[in-house]
Parts: sequence; structure tokens; C-alpha cells
Amino acid sequence: MADELEFEGPILKLQRKIEELQSFAESTEIDLSAQIEELRHRCGELQREVVDRLSPWERIQLARHPQRPRFLDYLSQVFEEPLELCGDYQSGEDPTMFTGFAKLAGRSVLVVGQRKGKNTKDRVLYNFGMSHPEGYRKALQKMRLAAKFGIPVITLIDTPGAYPGLEAEERGQAHAIARNILEMARLKTPIVCVVIGEGGSGGALGIGVGDRVLMFENSYYSVISPEGCSTILWKSGDFTEQAAEILKLTAKDLQGFGIVDEIIEEPLGGAHKSIPESSKLLREALIKHLDELCELDQEVLLEERYQKVRRIGVFYEQGRLIAAGKVVEPATSPELS
Amino acid sequence: MAWDSFKRIRFRKKKEMPGGLWLRCPDCTAMVYRDAVTELLQVCPECNYHFEISLDERIACLLDEESFEEIETGLSSADPLEFVAVKRYADRLVRAREVTGLEDAIRIGYGTIEGHKVVFGATASNFLRGSMGSVVGETFARAVELATRERLPFVFVSGSGGGARMDEGVLSLMQMAKTSAALARMDDAGGLFISILTNPTMGGCMASFAALGDVTLAEPKALLGFAGPTVIKNTIRADLPEGFQRSEFLLARGFLDMIVSRIEQKSTVGQLLDHCRIQAPA
Ligand SMILES: [Zn+2]
Repeated sequence: MADELEFEGPILKLQRKIEELQSFAESTEIDLSAQIEELRHRCGELQREVVDRLSPWERIQLARHPQRPRFLDYLSQVFEEPLELCGDYQSGEDPTMFTGFAKLAGRSVLVVGQRKGKNTKDRVLYNFGMSHPEGYRKALQKMRLAAKFGIPVITLIDTPGAYPGLEAEERGQAHAIARNILEMARLKTPIVCVVIGEGGSGGALGIGVGDRVLMFENSYYSVISPEGCSTILWKSGDFTEQAAEILKLTAKDLQGFGIVDEIIEEPLGGAHKSIPESSKLLREALIKHLDELCELDQEVLLEERYQKVRRIGVFYEQGRLIAAGKVVEPATSPELS
Repeated sequence: MAWDSFKRIRFRKKKEMPGGLWLRCPDCTAMVYRDAVTELLQVCPECNYHFEISLDERIACLLDEESFEEIETGLSSADPLEFVAVKRYADRLVRAREVTGLEDAIRIGYGTIEGHKVVFGATASNFLRGSMGSVVGETFARAVELATRERLPFVFVSGSGGGARMDEGVLSLMQMAKTSAALARMDDAGGLFISILTNPTMGGCMASFAALGDVTLAEPKALLGFAGPTVIKNTIRADLPEGFQRSEFLLARGFLDMIVSRIEQKSTVGQLLDHCRIQAPA
């Protein structure tokens, strides 16, 4: 199995043993159901233990797993009647960034998401999930369209980062991302953002400002990739594991910082173990948050969105430690003296 | 603004430059007379290359004399990630404070430019490469909110080779949202933001507040962009064209209003402030 991850070894071994026992039982007609049940139980426990102990680097492996559900899986399994809208109305069409209308539990929504592809041809077509400025401009153009008609926006984030290429710079990658961040902060319709795989820096944030920010359990969200961090700080590509550790980029970390509102649990062993189950969990979360947000007055919605980003940060003020807008340590801390 | 009035601005000797009467321009590589460079507000007389300057020097050449009234925020960086790579963030902060005499990579205050009262701010490119962590983001947002409340123009000079500060991880990334959201509100309230870009302004700073000016000026030859040149080179596996990501490159592609030499900035910003008067609320 090419896509097997190192930490899955013991689980897969146990699963193979169960399969062997099953086929043995079938061929010999000996009743082994009790033993098989026992092994299944042990396997489940082992999986839970392994998942709980996953290191940030191992979670990144899951976030990048070749079989992990991608945007297009969710588009077809979470939403009804997707209707793609192309073009940034300025200069081009970026296939990486999907934008389009769809229905979610009877409600019209605008879906924005980064496509990545599961085979070589699609990966190349979608530029490995790295958008060009046209992708960000397209997203903004469609979000404004949605706001005009009171349609909520859902963004599904899965990118290693915005494309760091020559043409992308020429056509204003920084400007496109900056503009999206500003406009999303004041877009007059509810926005729910979900990191489904990789939340790569500005490339993620360019469609990542919203009323609610959710993350799948094994997704990550970071200011820089562990590879980039390793190269810059250690001048070597060999420290990605340490980089993943120190960057505090897991869903739990982000929830702790007050950046993420909810973590969507994944099927045991990762989202790729069951795409229908992952889709169901995503769908439920989206419906729940949209139900809440659509109840709010627009003024309240926008004020809360502003305060949500306004609070983010950890710093000392007159010696008091402030985190996520709250005093977490009084001014008597030893750092001051 | 008369040329003569600039002569009064005397910059102190730059510590980072080796002593001697002459120095080598990093851009045109000519040996230039140090006093001639100082006279031009740290600009190469041969090629118009703009040397990096300190915040004090920036204030001296952009604001009216003695007009800067600093706003002390009392903010200083924490180490929320307890970030330790080859070096510890906590140690890097201590060292940067020692070297620069600053608390962090930003200062804000009131000032006047050609007589127009403004809220002014700038990043310090010599403090951890002008990178944006929680303190820079928070201070910037407070300055914007102040300008919005008091209906004053906001003038900010960016110089940040570091972009979002890696040592504060995703908290730094989110300062892009904080600063931009504050600018969105200022825009809604009819405020004016003049963004001045200096060498270098990259990454998370360029991809947020620095790119969001109502009017955007850049110093000549400043490196301005999203991804660093090395990253791009590694991506495309080819050499980058001459002048790539420089001010002139951005101007030609429609991302700048103008390129303005340091010596002319004050009068140009003064003209803009004269044109763009903040309107009374409806
Ligand atoms: Zn020169």
C-alpha cells in the first residue's frame, strides 16, 4: 500500500490479521466471530490512541494524504445542484479557485474553494492548489455578487500557499490577497470558512476571513509551511518535523488562540477513511453555523466579525499579558521587573 | 518644499555602516562620499538608491519639524508559542530591543505634514526586519481606529522584509486580517490612507495593509512583493528578470500611484493631503 503512513503500521497490521481470520473462517466454516470481534475492538482502541497521540507533523501527513477528501469531493457530497461561475471579470480564469452557487439544505449559498486534484493531470491543472491573483479576484467578484443578493458565503480552504511565481507577482498577488482580506472583513453577508486540508499562509487567508472559522481535526493552518520554516531558520530542509512542532499549527492550537471556532472531528484514522462520513460532518457543521448567522442582524454580524479579528493576538500591555482580548496575567508578572 | 530646508536635517552617523569617508552603494556599487549621501537623506547621488533609514530619520524627513507627538501604547511582544528554533524568539526580542532602542517594529503618533495634521506611523525595518507580530498588528489597528475616530488622514510608511513574523506563527498571519479590517472601517467612514512603501516590503505586510492605500507611493528601487525572490527562483527554476519586484516594475504594472524620492516625499504627501480632504459625515 503506497499511501500508508508510518504511524498507521500497527493498525494496518491488525486490520490485515482480521481480514485473514475472516477469510480463514469463511473457507473452513469455523466460527471465529468472537475472536474477530475482539480484534476489531482492539483495533478501534488502538486507532483512537494513535490519533490522539499524532504529532503535528503526522497530522500534516494526513492533511496532505493523497486520498484525503478534497474540495471537489465535498462539493458533490455536501451541496446540492452546484453551478460553477468562472472568471474574475478583469483578466483571467484561475482553475484552482472554484466559485459557484449551490444549495445547502434548501438555502442558496456561494461556495468558494481551492481545488487540488487527486491524479497527476488534475494536480497540474489545479497548480497543486496554489492560486494565482485571478483566483482571489474571482473569489471576491463572486462574493460581492452573493452579498448583493443576501446569499451566505462558504469557503473551503485547501492550499499549500498562494502561487509564488513570476507571473503571479507581475499580476499583483500581494494586492489581490490584501484586497480580499479587507473586503471579506466588511462583506455584507454571513461567511463561514473551513480549513479542509492545508491552510497555507496568505493563500489561505485570502479566502479565510469570516464570521466563523472551522478546521477539520487533521488540517493545519500556518504562517509558513514547515518546509519553508526549516529552510529559513535552519538553512536546511531537514527540520520540517521540528518546524511543524514549534509553529503551533494544529486545529487544537488555533482553537486555543481563539482563531478557530470549532474543530470538525474526522472519521477515525483521518478524513480519507470515509469521505461520505467526513462530508456528513462538514454538512452538519455548515448548516448549524449558517442557521445561527442568518438569524443575526447585519449590523451585529459585521460588528462581531470585526471584533473577532480585532481580538486576535498575544502581547503585553503595561505589563499585563493580553491574549485574544482578555487579560490572562496581571501586571505583576516577573517579565516586568 | 525648498531644497534648502532639507539641509537642516542632519542624520546621525549610521552605526551599521563601516567608518570612513566613503561607502559603497549596494545598488550601483559606486564608491560614494558619505557626506553627499547624508546630504541627500541617505540616497546615493550616483543612482538614486535609497538606503534604509531609522525611524527617527524617517520622522525627520517626512513630518514637519518638531511636530511628531509619539503615542505610547505600552505594548510589547510576548512569546506565545515559546518559539525556539536555532535561536529563541525571546532572546531575539531582547537583542532587537538593545540594538534599536525600540520596544517593537512600529511607532505611531500625531504629526503634521506641510501643516496638515495626520496620524502617522511606520515600521522599523531594523527591528526583526520590520516583521509584523501581535504588537505591530495591534498598534497599527489602534492608529487606524484613532485616525477614523478623529477624522484625520493616516500616513503609514512600510518597510518590512520580514513580512508576518514567523516566531508568532499563525497569530502573526492573523494580524493581516486585523490591520486590513481596521482599514476597511476607516474606508467606510470616508478616511484617507496614504501608504508609503520602502525597501523592502514583502510577504504578509505587502499582502495586507501596505497594499491597501487610497494612494500608494513607493521609494525608488524598493523591493516590493508577496513571495521572496529566492522562493520564486526556486519555484520557476530560472533567473529573475532585471528589476523584478522593484518599485518601477510595480508602477509599470499598475500597482502604484507614483514613485517618489525621499527628498520630495514631504511636499508630495502635502499636496495629496491638500487634495483629499476628509468629508464631514453625512
Ligand atoms: Zn548607487
